Amino acid sequence: MGMKPSPYATKIPYEEKDNKVVGGRPDPKNRSDAIDKVTGRARYAADYNLPGQLIGKVLRSPHAHAVIKSIDTSEAEKLPGVKAVVTRDDFPDMEVEHAASGELMVNFRDVTRNMMAREKALYDGHPVAAVAALSESIAKEAMKLIKVDYEVLPHVIDVRDAMKDDAPLLHEDLFTKGAGIEPDPSKKSNIATRMESKLGDIEEGFEQADFIVEHESNTKAAHQGYIEPQASVANFTEGGTIEVYTGTQGHHVFRAQIAKLLKMDISNIKVVPAELGGGFGGKNNVYLEPLAAQLSRKANRPVKMVMTRDEVFRATGPTSGTNCKVKMGCTRDGRITAAQAELNYQAGAFPGSSLPLASITVFTRYDLENVLVVGHDVVCNRPKVAAYRAPGAPMIAFAVETAIDDLARQCGMDPIDFRLRNAAKQGTQTHFGPPLGQIGYIETLEAAKASPHMKEPLGPNQGRGIASGFWFTIGNDTSATINITEDGTASLIFGTVDVTGGMRSAFAMIVAEELGIPFEKVRTQVGDTSALGFNFMTAGSRGTAAGSMAVVKATRDAIHRACEIAARKWEVETDQVVWENGHARPASANVGDFEPMSLAQLCREATWFGGTIAGHAEINVAMGGPGFGTHLVDVEVDRQTGLVKVLRYSIFQDAGKAVYPAFIEGQFQGGAVQGIGMALNEEYIYSDKGTLENPGFLDYRVPVASDVPMIDTHIVEVPNPDHPYGVRGIGEVPIIPPLAAISNAIYDAAGVRLLDHPMSPPKVLKALDEAAPAEAAE
Amino acid sequence: MQNLRYEAPETLADATALLSAEDGVARILAGGTDVIVQMHSDLIEPDLIVDVKNIPELTEIAKEGGAYRFGAAVSGKTLMLHEDFNKTWPGIMDGVQLLGSLQVRGRASVGGNLCNASPAADSVPPMIAAGAVASVIGPNGARDIPVEDIVTGPGRTCLEKGEIVVSFLLPERPPRSGDAYLRFTPRTEMDIAVVGAGVNLTLDGGGACTAARVALGAVAPTPLLVAEAADALIGTKVDDAAMEALAAAARAACNPIDDKRGTIEFRTKVAGVLARRAAAIALERAGAN
Repeated sequence: MGMKPSPYATKIPYEEKDNKVVGGRPDPKNRSDAIDKVTGRARYAADYNLPGQLIGKVLRSPHAHAVIKSIDTSEAEKLPGVKAVVTRDDFPDMEVEHAASGELMVNFRDVTRNMMAREKALYDGHPVAAVAALSESIAKEAMKLIKVDYEVLPHVIDVRDAMKDDAPLLHEDLFTKGAGIEPDPSKKSNIATRMESKLGDIEEGFEQADFIVEHESNTKAAHQGYIEPQASVANFTEGGTIEVYTGTQGHHVFRAQIAKLLKMDISNIKVVPAELGGGFGGKNNVYLEPLAAQLSRKANRPVKMVMTRDEVFRATGPTSGTNCKVKMGCTRDGRITAAQAELNYQAGAFPGSSLPLASITVFTRYDLENVLVVGHDVVCNRPKVAAYRAPGAPMIAFAVETAIDDLARQCGMDPIDFRLRNAAKQGTQTHFGPPLGQIGYIETLEAAKASPHMKEPLGPNQGRGIASGFWFTIGNDTSATINITEDGTASLIFGTVDVTGGMRSAFAMIVAEELGIPFEKVRTQVGDTSALGFNFMTAGSRGTAAGSMAVVKATRDAIHRACEIAARKWEVETDQVVWENGHARPASANVGDFEPMSLAQLCREATWFGGTIAGHAEINVAMGGPGFGTHLVDVEVDRQTGLVKVLRYSIFQDAGKAVYPAFIEGQFQGGAVQGIGMALNEEYIYSDKGTLENPGFLDYRVPVASDVPMIDTHIVEVPNPDHPYGVRGIGEVPIIPPLAAISNAIYDAAGVRLLDHPMSPPKVLKALDEAAPAEAAE
Repeated sequence: MQNLRYEAPETLADATALLSAEDGVARILAGGTDVIVQMHSDLIEPDLIVDVKNIPELTEIAKEGGAYRFGAAVSGKTLMLHEDFNKTWPGIMDGVQLLGSLQVRGRASVGGNLCNASPAADSVPPMIAAGAVASVIGPNGARDIPVEDIVTGPGRTCLEKGEIVVSFLLPERPPRSGDAYLRFTPRTEMDIAVVGAGVNLTLDGGGACTAARVALGAVAPTPLLVAEAADALIGTKVDDAAMEALAAAARAACNPIDDKRGTIEFRTKVAGVLARRAAAIALERAGAN
């Protein structure tokens, strides 16, 4: 995962203090991004236009699996108004080379094949050609004139089918790699990788168990559902440089990938990240950028490309559909003795699902002695999966947290007490690697138990469910620069793209706290790739957690510079000056009797005493500060239609220390709503031809506002010991519990156990009918 | 679509003449909430768009004697703001209020919802249950067509080239009448009916049902008028036995497909459930009149 801990990675110990700004609730209208978003001034990628730009469109495979025998673009090129056409022939082939792209790894051999099909089209929607023309309608006409000769092959969509011996094979060179495979397989397979991790002795664990529960769950692929479709404008100049305006969660990573795919020097490419209309992991990968750049190179004009919603669904990564098998045992008094799981995850057309991440989360909430986790990463004829908010975790939590619920019932224990009995805490050995540090899982369970929600009475056909989730916080390369302007206000440039909309304000609060100036005197902006050192993606819940480490370091660097100016003026040493309440002051009376100087005063003196006040940081932030959350949900089941209505929802999550509580609450709610949508209705539906049946928001049913109640949030604060403000990553945990929590609530309400996702009305009704045929016949 | 022509005639004669003369693909535009979406998603590539919103006959709501007539292009929102119409035909308004979102209803019309010819159109079953008749004009003159006869299949209507639905005439409402429409969708709004059921009934002074019409949506290639379901109510006091007979008749009338929106089994079962629930609401409304 590119996350091996470095001894040189930056940690700053937690500083317990009373903050003036951090942890407060600034007037929402002062949220740095808010006004521009509500007035329509915010510039998303599709809002950028360059003089003379062309419109680019992508021709996509209508087949799930086909050999591309030939592509004839000659007629399209002759159409008046068409300025360039690109196909596989316009891009260099790539060797196998892995790199981190957000939480998932990419292989450049596959990246180039995913952005533009080479030997085969591997899914409905796979790009086979792209056209740049004077207008969209000309580009569309041109696409009709491109002749692609396909040899259609048998396809495979479902992960279980893809694992079978006689399944159609996607790749001629794929042999299963990984743990426990001896000798090396001689037979080609769709199973790219087998993973295994264990702790203790699983057989012995099951022998100690009084109760054993086995669950097999199946989940469909779900899309991130960001409102803003992918869009890019690329301008390739005759001087050999490229400028790209795009929607991305990591412009530096995109820059490196474009350079690799087009065989260019990284320094010749500038990527400007636009305001982001949602990403959730789905904007960790290049799709249009290299195509727009290459079209621009061929046409000698800027090229703008904007996906339709149909293209977004068909060709940008959803999360993995999965098949999970879980077996857990416990003693009569509720101690888990053994926990076993098999995770079978769709990777889409190319290897590399969220399996490595998901397998870390399987049982990581519980203190267990005997664990066995086996996973398979499986290719099938679907778009290559992308990260989606805690990639892979909600699906395995669906199987595990429902099994926990059933074990608790068998023991006759309250499901929260059962979890408390087995809860992970500081020092708990994980099944995948290091023991856990200071964490707040138990605190979330205790907060749930004590909450008013638990005391709300339930009516007929209503039930209550609980589930918990764990996710880590990644660190990685992070850079920031702060410039103190001539009037003593601060301008922060940072490079962890603000995917949430709240990061700019959180950073402004931290800068204000550090400098001792009002929050309103700090302006924060995301810098393009030419403004800063490398920044890894905003992924793995690192945005605020890791980003703020660089912000703190850069601000302290500027403060040091400010103190230096005061020292020079007072003719003392810099270490004899301290920074307090927005002023440089003598460290003690012995230093001398100098009037403290404000930031504005120091700025006026800066030129004489050496130059502008600024600070910067280029650091690799240490990974750390994992997050835990517990959700409570009440549902009502309509026994005649199978409709499940969410009545009440509460979230209890450890945020470390909250910098900007309103923003954290919004993240909790947003994650839970996505989880609720996934639980109840969202699913990729394929025809028997392997084409996507619901590539739009009408039939890919994300919840609308009236589908969910106001979600109660409870921020639990157990500080991250390795962060100066105690921050933990918080963005991903909230999507993990809802699937399981809702299944548990349905069970509580109606006595049926749903393990087949989504828990949509037809499935719920069928389960109810099967459970009580006599009653259903009324 | 590079030569798309847009016309906005002000008379019915001009509109029918334009539509009759077009050799390519012509589409009538009222609110545009289907046509524009279909153009954007490349489902249709019209050569001619005839916008009918400037034709007075299509945008009026009026009473003829005791009966309502409203233009086919009247927006959902305009109907929603008409107090007396809402009081008279609450079941039709149940359907109208489910069209798209608030913003969509500002444009979408009942005429467009009908002529788009989706079996799942929400305003159509309650219009059929109400006994609405469409006034149609075309190159060969005017004709009246009951709403249940307009749609002949998914995306297909009985309208001939050049014909336009101008308005709908609703029957005069006897006392103790009530109508209601319910649909099933997994989401609360912004969704498309998996099943829809409209019920319209009239009671006598003793509470017996003297007249009823029942219509179903999304359970067959076209919206259905189900006479057997209505017969199950007529002559009864709409008691539990009548309700169960109604549900059984509704289920029996279903001829749905398995698709991404629902299974045959699910649609059939829920059609019975919704018919019952809609009848209960219609009954309550009739009793209140």
